[in-house]
Amino acid sequence: MELENLTIKELHKLLINREVSAQELTKFYLNRIADKDQDIKAFLSLNDKALEQAQEADKILKTEKDLPLLFAIPVAIKDNILIKGLPATAGSKILENYKASYDATVIIKLKQQRVIFLGKTNLDEFAMGSSTENSAFFKTKNPNDLERVPGGSSGGSAASVSAKMAKFALGTDTGGSIRQPASFCGVAGLKPTYGSVSRFGAIALASSLDQIGPLANTIEDLAVAFEAISGLDKFDATTSPLADFKGLSESLTDKPLDIKNLKIGVPVEFFEEGINDKVKQAVKIAISWYEKQGAKIIDIHLPYSPYGLATYYLILPAEVSANLARYDGVRYGLKVEAPTFQEVFSKTRGIGIGTEPRRRIMLGTFALSAGYYDAYYNKAQKVRRLIMEDFQKAFEKVDVLLTPTSPYTAFKFNEKIDPVSMYLSDVYTVPVNLAGIPAVSINCGFEKAGDKKLPIGLQIIGNHFQEEIILKTAYLFDKYAPKPEF
Amino acid sequence: MISKEEVKHLAKLTQLELSSEELEKMAKELDLILNYVDKLNEVDVSDVLPLTGGHNLSNVFREDDLLEFNFDRNLLFQKAEFENRFLKVKRIIDK
Repeated sequence: MELENLTIKELHKLLINREVSAQELTKFYLNRIADKDQDIKAFLSLNDKALEQAQEADKILKTEKDLPLLFAIPVAIKDNILIKGLPATAGSKILENYKASYDATVIIKLKQQRVIFLGKTNLDEFAMGSSTENSAFFKTKNPNDLERVPGGSSGGSAASVSAKMAKFALGTDTGGSIRQPASFCGVAGLKPTYGSVSRFGAIALASSLDQIGPLANTIEDLAVAFEAISGLDKFDATTSPLADFKGLSESLTDKPLDIKNLKIGVPVEFFEEGINDKVKQAVKIAISWYEKQGAKIIDIHLPYSPYGLATYYLILPAEVSANLARYDGVRYGLKVEAPTFQEVFSKTRGIGIGTEPRRRIMLGTFALSAGYYDAYYNKAQKVRRLIMEDFQKAFEKVDVLLTPTSPYTAFKFNEKIDPVSMYLSDVYTVPVNLAGIPAVSINCGFEKAGDKKLPIGLQIIGNHFQEEIILKTAYLFDKYAPKPEF
Repeated sequence: MISKEEVKHLAKLTQLELSSEELEKMAKELDLILNYVDKLNEVDVSDVLPLTGGHNLSNVFREDDLLEFNFDRNLLFQKAEFENRFLKVKRIIDK
């Protein structure tokens, strides 16, 4: 029995029928981590209470049958999401010895189902990056090729799922940080609608863009995890009453989409410059697979989407500069002693905050400063509206949009040195965050590189709160479509 | 072009201690990014309202209610120094 290849629903059955115990399952995953993570380095810290929690779960399994789907399922959590009493470094030196003082809402929801938390996964510092190379601690490697990056910023979560060191993982996505690493590592990842999942207890990067979402090996598992963490939350006023996804994971398998009624839009702008030929080929083949199944394919124009990245790199740093002002060395985190308050503040931040966050704090402060506010920040917010309206017009004509997730496959360490070339990894994912809409990334093929196969990601985008349609669209592909190599 | 003086001023505003070497590198990189975002000048945004959230968010109201805040003082103030009930910080204003 290969436990690592079973779906959550299959594992659930084994647990309920007591063919496998929670302790056996947890030990199995801890052993896989012990075996593989020396090379991959996906985890920043492990939960030393995991086995104890599994023991508790086994006691409950003895008497109860009616248990939630995620009961005793082993999970990995990105280290910018708070689990009370466990470290939460956000990949930064400034939070190196910090322990979370409360649970994020998504963690409370997972605890209610009694998942087993295996550990916290690596990320780019404060989730700023597209390769996980910006982690202040170490670099995570791509399980498909250890010489390459796993993508980022949720690189640790994507790698842990790809190497099957966790059944699923949570990440955060501000400009592509779930979808791009999912694409690079060959797993499925969902960026929910802004307002579908509570951000309470996620360490803030850019509050108008951040969303927590799941990464998993199958769309079915992804849907189960998403259903569990989503919903209205009184601790996050931006969550919406429309975020009601009860029954979604059941509907996914029991009421599949009638593909003959599906209208798919293909945004022309996403296939123009800068895209790797093999990525383009794989995505085009995926689109023609849907067409062969009976879907209607329609060319779409999103004329403002090429301005997405420029818009993003003004709005995001502006929000970063405000959100990272709280790391002052007074209440928690790193504190560098110095004679005056000013020096404690600037030395603590000078030592504790790494290069990329510094760059963005400075850029954001600049974009918000008197004389530049209108030219930069305000202008970006206006273009942001135009980008959202592009998508809304598109969704009057089609149900979903199909695009590549990233213009290329996983690159090698130290390959992208200047900041703008790194930012371009997210050119297809960023407009989705600006518009607040949901998108899923799913593997659609591989680029051959020597004796290695590098996964290619297909992005399926939907309208606000249309997670069900994009997941159902992805589910059919996941289950039935071939994944060619180029 | 963003000047080194401007970068120095930004470092002061953001309370980030930068070495002079870093200052120079930062100026170059900020310039690179600002050149890239200048692309937005091609877009006509007259008559467009700014969008501040992922969609047209509206105000959310609720009754004020009392909740038990189950907090662990040791976890909440891990690095803080206290004197009685008060958080102790370095002197900010001179005597």
